[in-house]
Parts: sequence; structure tokens; C-alpha cells
Amino acid sequence: MVVSDYRLKGATGEWEVVVGLEVHAQITATASKLFSGASTTFGAEPNTQVGLIDAAMPGMLPVPNKECIRQAVRTGMALEAKINPWSRFDRKNYFYADLPQGYQISQLYHPLVGEGVIEVLVDEQDEGSAKRIGIERIHVEQDAGKLMHDQHATMSYVDLNRAGVALMEIVSRPDMRSPAEAGAYLRKLRAILRYVGSCDGNMEEGSMRADVNVSVRKPGAELGTRTETKNVNSVRFVMAVIEHEAKRQIAVIEEGGEVAQETRLYDPDKGVTRTLRSKEDAHDYRYFPDPDLLPVELDEAFLQECRASLPELPDAKRRRYEAFGITPYNASVLTADVDIARWFDSLLETGAEPKAAANWTASEYFGVLNRLDLTIEQSPVSPDQAGELLKLVGDGTLSGTLAKQVFEIMLETGKGANAIVEERGLRQTSDTGAIDARVDEVLAANAAKVAEYKAGKEPLFGFFVGQVMKAMGGKANPKIVNERLRAKLKS
Amino acid sequence: MAELTDKTIAGLREGIRGREFSAREVAEAYNAAVAAARGLNAYTVETPEDALAAAEAADSGKATGPLAGIPLGIKDLFATQGVATTAGSRILKGFQPPYESTVTANLRRAGAGMLGKLNMDEFAMGSSNETSAYGPVISPWRRKDGSNAALTPGGSSGGSAAAVAAGIAPGVTGTDTGGSIRQPAAFTGICGIKPTYGRCSRWGIVSFASSLDQAGPMAKTVRDCAILLGAMAGFDPKDSTSLDVPVPDWEAGLSSNLKGKRVGIPMEYRIDGVPDEINALWDKGIEWLKDAGATPVEISLPHTKYALPTYYIIAPAEASSNLARYDGVRYGLRVEGVKTLDDMYSATRAAGFGAEVKRRIMIGTYVLSAGFYDAYFTKAQRVRALIKQDFARAFEQCDVILTPTAPSAAFGIGEKLSDPLAMYLNDVFAVPASLAGLPAMSVPGGLDGQGLPLGLHLIGPELDEQIVLNAALAIEERAGFTARAEKWW
Repeated sequence: MVVSDYRLKGATGEWEVVVGLEVHAQITATASKLFSGASTTFGAEPNTQVGLIDAAMPGMLPVPNKECIRQAVRTGMALEAKINPWSRFDRKNYFYADLPQGYQISQLYHPLVGEGVIEVLVDEQDEGSAKRIGIERIHVEQDAGKLMHDQHATMSYVDLNRAGVALMEIVSRPDMRSPAEAGAYLRKLRAILRYVGSCDGNMEEGSMRADVNVSVRKPGAELGTRTETKNVNSVRFVMAVIEHEAKRQIAVIEEGGEVAQETRLYDPDKGVTRTLRSKEDAHDYRYFPDPDLLPVELDEAFLQECRASLPELPDAKRRRYEAFGITPYNASVLTADVDIARWFDSLLETGAEPKAAANWTASEYFGVLNRLDLTIEQSPVSPDQAGELLKLVGDGTLSGTLAKQVFEIMLETGKGANAIVEERGLRQTSDTGAIDARVDEVLAANAAKVAEYKAGKEPLFGFFVGQVMKAMGGKANPKIVNERLRAKLKS
Repeated sequence: MAELTDKTIAGLREGIRGREFSAREVAEAYNAAVAAARGLNAYTVETPEDALAAAEAADSGKATGPLAGIPLGIKDLFATQGVATTAGSRILKGFQPPYESTVTANLRRAGAGMLGKLNMDEFAMGSSNETSAYGPVISPWRRKDGSNAALTPGGSSGGSAAAVAAGIAPGVTGTDTGGSIRQPAAFTGICGIKPTYGRCSRWGIVSFASSLDQAGPMAKTVRDCAILLGAMAGFDPKDSTSLDVPVPDWEAGLSSNLKGKRVGIPMEYRIDGVPDEINALWDKGIEWLKDAGATPVEISLPHTKYALPTYYIIAPAEASSNLARYDGVRYGLRVEGVKTLDDMYSATRAAGFGAEVKRRIMIGTYVLSAGFYDAYFTKAQRVRALIKQDFARAFEQCDVILTPTAPSAAFGIGEKLSDPLAMYLNDVFAVPASLAGLPAMSVPGGLDGQGLPLGLHLIGPELDEQIVLNAALAIEERAGFTARAEKWW
């Protein structure tokens, strides 16, 4: 466990930042809303994804979508959290035009999921930077609709497509002490959600967003008054909010003022937060158990099915990769996102040697994705195609250099590695006779350098290798070239 | 042949099936009676074509269900597709739902037609039908003092009760949150049953207090109630609180032989200030049930005295939240010409809701607010649990409970409107069974000194509507209640 040494310097000395996050994650695993059968497709025309329940028509009643409950339970299990076999929905009452019922169905008193934990690496390259961040609870609730202020000169319009969409609110403990820790927490949480499949973690489309609670204190002192910045929709913005808010609070305190407990909004264009409403204006939400709904009671069979359905999670996968001899860095990169991990697992299933496959994926393959600006979902080669290429490297048919060449041709033509090798004769040669002949030629042509080498200028060895390889058209087995060169240079 | 509008549903069913008369004749007779009784203000919408269409289907043999060709009145709280559904409120004036409530859909599937929508207290909040935006329903009954004072039919299902009593519907739907079927049934000399909470789907019924609201039938006889309830009840996956249990054939199970049954008489229901006539009728009821073979046993329901205050915390709390959706944004009334969203809410709700609804929204908002929640709402939930427990214990000693339905006969319009507490007292006998979710029924027992009907109230254990109906049948057979309101309208 690390103790964060992130400190902000103020006029009166060093300050520590205390951060807690409430992440709203849309349950994207289901195509329908929490209490209605309406669709949840992103980007649809306004008010085309609205059921009678979502519009709160008179006499309409909510019926829980069991799959939403199941996904939240699976998520809780993935966060090693306590699953409450008895939970209940409460109504959070307030008036707003984007809230058709006049209340949000949420869970205050008896949430579905209790305490859990996420272990993060604050520095992905440093195993020693591991930190455990507590999860206080996860509850399930409805999203609200959206107001549109740009449709009419004097009126606002309402789009209810999001109204009633299922959200998991994942509430952390105030365990984070720096923007970096909050960033690591969010990335890890997002990774786990995507592994579990409950939420696609798409922050641009709003399927994941965070309320950021920040306070400052002198190191070791009591907790300070916190502010809550609502609906921050990227990891970068969350980190920016923490830094900005902490500095703002320090300035307030050092100027003799007091931090007001309030709700704030982040303005990403200006990089500042501003007051949304003060504590005095806070709503009295009049929470009470929703009388339209029965308590959610989960039996053992259901819980077992949820548990059995969980995939291998990032930490376990990472440990498995490391056990294959894959470097911690590569293991971390390859497990950071579920789509990459799945792709890599499929590659391993072709029989590829794990270490070589990891190195190739992390360098060659990611290099290509980066260069072509593609995501793994848009991968230009399948794991099977990559496996075919790596097999040719593994059995000595291709050298590293040739493999690069073949990979480029694969990307250009979409053809398989075997076919390319056959067609273009790119096979690596271990023909010692041919190699010896080229070695002799190279050494004869560079007599002066041979003399220098023999006099102790050993780095020249690489020059000789390069010359031989060039003379072989890049197809010589480098191992044999090395062996033959050394032998000849010794004699 | 007696007039068709005097017949029971069982009688109409038999006559239609036996081709003694056609369903069309029945529908026409009722449509005419409805049109001739507008002075009662019982219907908010008349739908004669709907009743005729159902009659045609029955006469042509297309509809063969248990209610084939029977025209019914539907309380305005039930969503009826394409027909104005307003819950007796200005805020929903003209609202035509694009959907049909489960209960009315069940009735239609059984072959019933609709005569129209029935007037009611606004959002079912009231015991006199005086809070309706359409004005009060006038009871067909009058005191025999010659004053011709307009009386209330009770509420909130006041239009429903008046319609059956006046012979302008053979049967109707009602809803009961804290007595809204039983008290008006008693006031108008008809039968009405509130089944076990969860028997009838609440889907498509405008919500008042979700944990208490329950639909039920009102009709001239116990048998008619059994027939109607059988068609209304049933599990509905669209209502999470609906009970997934089989619906018994209550009509087939009707029997007034109560041999071996014990009738609980709760001592706490002897309340000060209840007229002697009511207590005398109660005693008669005990005798009638004894005559039917039952044994009376004294029981105790010690938390009864807290039932009314408990109800007036829980019901308004739920209502304050349930009625938040009437905000002028999506449907119903919207008051324009205001500056801000908050102004629109205030103006719309101020204009759209009547005084009683506003009172309850304010009470409900108060009891749920920070600092008061535990003292009121949490405490009330605990008392509610105790009241349920009272009944559970009582039903270890008895099979059915007999009490009066209401503490008085029908009162005059305007008499209690300015005194909400006096109005709330109307439901003192009815509310405990609502809080406990138990089946309960009012059956006519006799007339008071002014010639006004009085009802007796039967409460049964959870899911045992049959014992309630059977005990009511035993009373019905012995009370010989044949009085009908003399036609003046």
C-alpha cells in the first residue's frame, strides 16, 4: 500500500487533497430501460425511445428489468462487493422538466450492492504503486431526460430518450489523494465494467460520468468541507476538476474564508468550476420506499449464476499473463481493455508462444494500430492471421525483419502470412553454404574494418551482420549469420 | 316482466343467454336510463355506442364471456382507451389515454360494454364526491323528512354507487384506498367489495396511494359482486404488486351456510358518537350470522384507534409523490403565460388541483420532509405493521369480522365539506382493512329512521374473498333489503 505524496503548495504550507467519486454507469448490457421496455439506443431522434412508463402517463407502473439487476449484481461481484440479497427501491422526489414522474426511482436506504474495493496501480509501470480504493455501495437508479434550450426562442424542449435508462451509481470512499489516483481509479473501474459487460464505459456518449467530491486539508488533519462537481464526462476532466477545485479551496481558506459545501459544475472550455447550487438551495428529496415496487429479493441460485457468468477479470488475467513470462508492463497493457485482452487471448489460442506474442502485440501490432489510427475493434488483422504470422517466426521461417515485411504486406493486401511467404519467396534461409559465401565476400571487401575489429573495436560486429543480411536480401537466418561471422572473424 | 334496469347482472346474464331479451335491448334500456338521469351528475362521459357494440357482439354470438352483453359503468379513475379519463380533476380535463387499464380490459374480454365514465372525488380523495371537478354527484336517495335536501352518495366512488342505486348501471367498477368502495355502497344501499390488495391489477388506474389502492366491483347483490370480481381480478405482470395466485370461482363458491364459522366482533369498533341505529344494526347483523350457523366471538384489534391517523400519513405521503407527474409538461392542463418553469408548475397545479387534493399533497409533502420523516412516515409504517398483526392474530380466533361500514348514514351535500376531520371520520371502520390489505365488503343491512340505507361491513383474511362474500350473502338473505330510492330525477 502506498501513501500518496501528492501535495499542493499554498502560502501557508502543504495541502493534501481528499477525493471521492460517484460514478454513474449506464447499464448498456440491456437494450431496454430499468422499468420499461423502451429502447436505449444512443443518438436516436428525440422522444423516439419513450414508453408510457418513461413519460409517466397516468396509471402507468414500473416493472423492474431483471437483467439490469443481474448486471448490477455481476458488477458488484467483480468489485468484490457485498451483494445484498434484500434491497429496495426508493423515490427521490423533485420537480424538473426532464423528470416526468416528478421523482427518480433510486435506492437510498437499502442499496443492491454494499462495500467493495478496487485495486489500482497509480503508475501502471510500477507494481509498487498499488492502492486499494474502497467502494461504499452500488445502487441502481433511473436516468433523467434532457432539456434542449436551442430549439425555440422562448421555450425549452424535453427529450425523454434517456428518461428511465438504468444507471449504476458506484460510490467510492474518499480514499483518493491525487488526480492521478482518481484517474487510475476511473480507468480501472471502466476496465472492470467493460470486462463484466455491464457498461460499455463510453464517456463521450454519456454512458459513464462522474460526480467529483473534493476537499483539502493539512496533511493528517481532519477532513475539510467538500464540494461536489457534477457530471464530469472524461478521465482528463475529472483530474482537471480535482486540481482546480483543490487549488480554489486552498486559496479560499488561505484568504481567511471558508469552503462552502455546495454543488458545482465544470466548464471544460475555461477549465474552471462554478457554483450550481449552495447547500441552502439543496433539495429536500423526501426519499421514501417506492410503493409501486416490491423489495428486490435475490436467491442463492441467482447469485450463483451471476458469479459463474463473470469473465476472468483484469487482475487475474494480468497475473496469468505474468505467469507465462510476459513482462509486467506488457501484461498491464494487454489487460487494460477487455477488447485488447480478448484479442490477445484469441491470439494465444492459436498456439502462439505467449512472450513472443506479447512482445509482437505490444510493439508491432499496437504500432500499426497507432499509425493507422485504428481501435482494436477495427483491427486490420484477426488473431488467427496474427497467429499464422507468429508461427512462421517461431519455426524460423521468418526473421524479425522478414516478419515486419510480411506484416506490412498483410495489411496492404489482406492476404495470409503463409501465402505471402510462398508468393514472394520471403522465406528465411539457413543455407550455410550461401551464407558463408556472403560472409566471405563481406569480410574480403572490408579488410580494413576486419583489422579494426580484431584490434578490439567490437561494435563493428553489427556492421558486418548488416552487410551480410543486405547481401542476402534480408532473408538470411540472423542466428546463423551471427554464428558464421563469429567463427570466421575468430580464425 | 320487471324493467330491465331493475334486474341483477345474474338476471341479465340469464335473460340474454336464454334469449328472453337481447343484449341490445339491455344496452338500449340502460343508455336511455343514463340519458334520463343527468340530474344525478353520476356520469362524466356517456358512451352509449360502446355499450351497444358489446351488446351486438353478445347477440351475434361473437362474445360469449361471463359478462357477454352486460353494460357497466366505469369509474373515471380507470384509463379507457380513447375515452376521457380525468380522475375527476381539472388537471386531466380532456385527457384521452392511448391505453386501456388491465381491469377494464379484463371486463371487456369477458364481454362487458361500457355505459360511460363515472364521476368521483378528485383523484379518489374524498368521502362525499364533493371534491370532483365536475361537481358533486347527487344521491338518488332522499331523507323522508320532506326536505328534499340533496344527499351525497359517499365517495370517492360516488358516481359508481349512485349509478347502481339509481338503476343507470347494473354494475360498476370502483376503487378503494381507504373505504372508497365500501362507504358509498353503504350510503346508497348496494353491495361493494374491495378484494385483497394485489388481486386486481393497478395498471392503468390513476394512482392515489399505491400501497392501498385496490379496484373492486359495486352492484345490487352479493352474487353480482362475485361475478364482476371474478372478471376483474387476476395476475398482471405489468403491476409489480399484483398477486400471482389463481382466481377462484367466487360465484360457484357462494354459500350462505356459515356452520362452524366464527364471526369476530371487534370491541374497539364500539366508538363513541356512533348513532344507536348503527350499533343496533350491527347487533342485528350478529344475529343474522348466528342464524346462518356462525358463532360470534369477541376479538380485539387494539391498534384500530391509530388506523385513521396512520392512513392520513401514508396515503397523502404516497399521493404527494404520485401526483407530482401532473406538472403541465407532457399532458393535461398547462397554464401558459408565466416566466419560469417553477412558475408554470405552481400556476398549473394551483389551477388544476382542488382544495382537498392540495391539502393532501401538502400533508404528504410535510410528513416526508427532512426532520419529520421518521416521526411521521416511519412511525406510521410501524403502526401499519401492528395493525396488520392485529388482524393476523384476530383471524386465529375467527374466520370473518363483522363491523358497521360507516359511522353514519348519507349526509347532506355541503354538510361536512368545511370540516375535513369530520369527513375523514367516515372511513373509521373501513381504513383498518385497507392498511392491512384485506378483503372487505359492504352489504346493505337496513334503513335508518330517515329511510336512508345503512351497511354492514365484513372483513376476511388475506385472499379469502369467499368467506367475505358468503357472510355478506347470509346477511343479504336475512336482511331482506329491497328498498330502492324513489325516482325523483
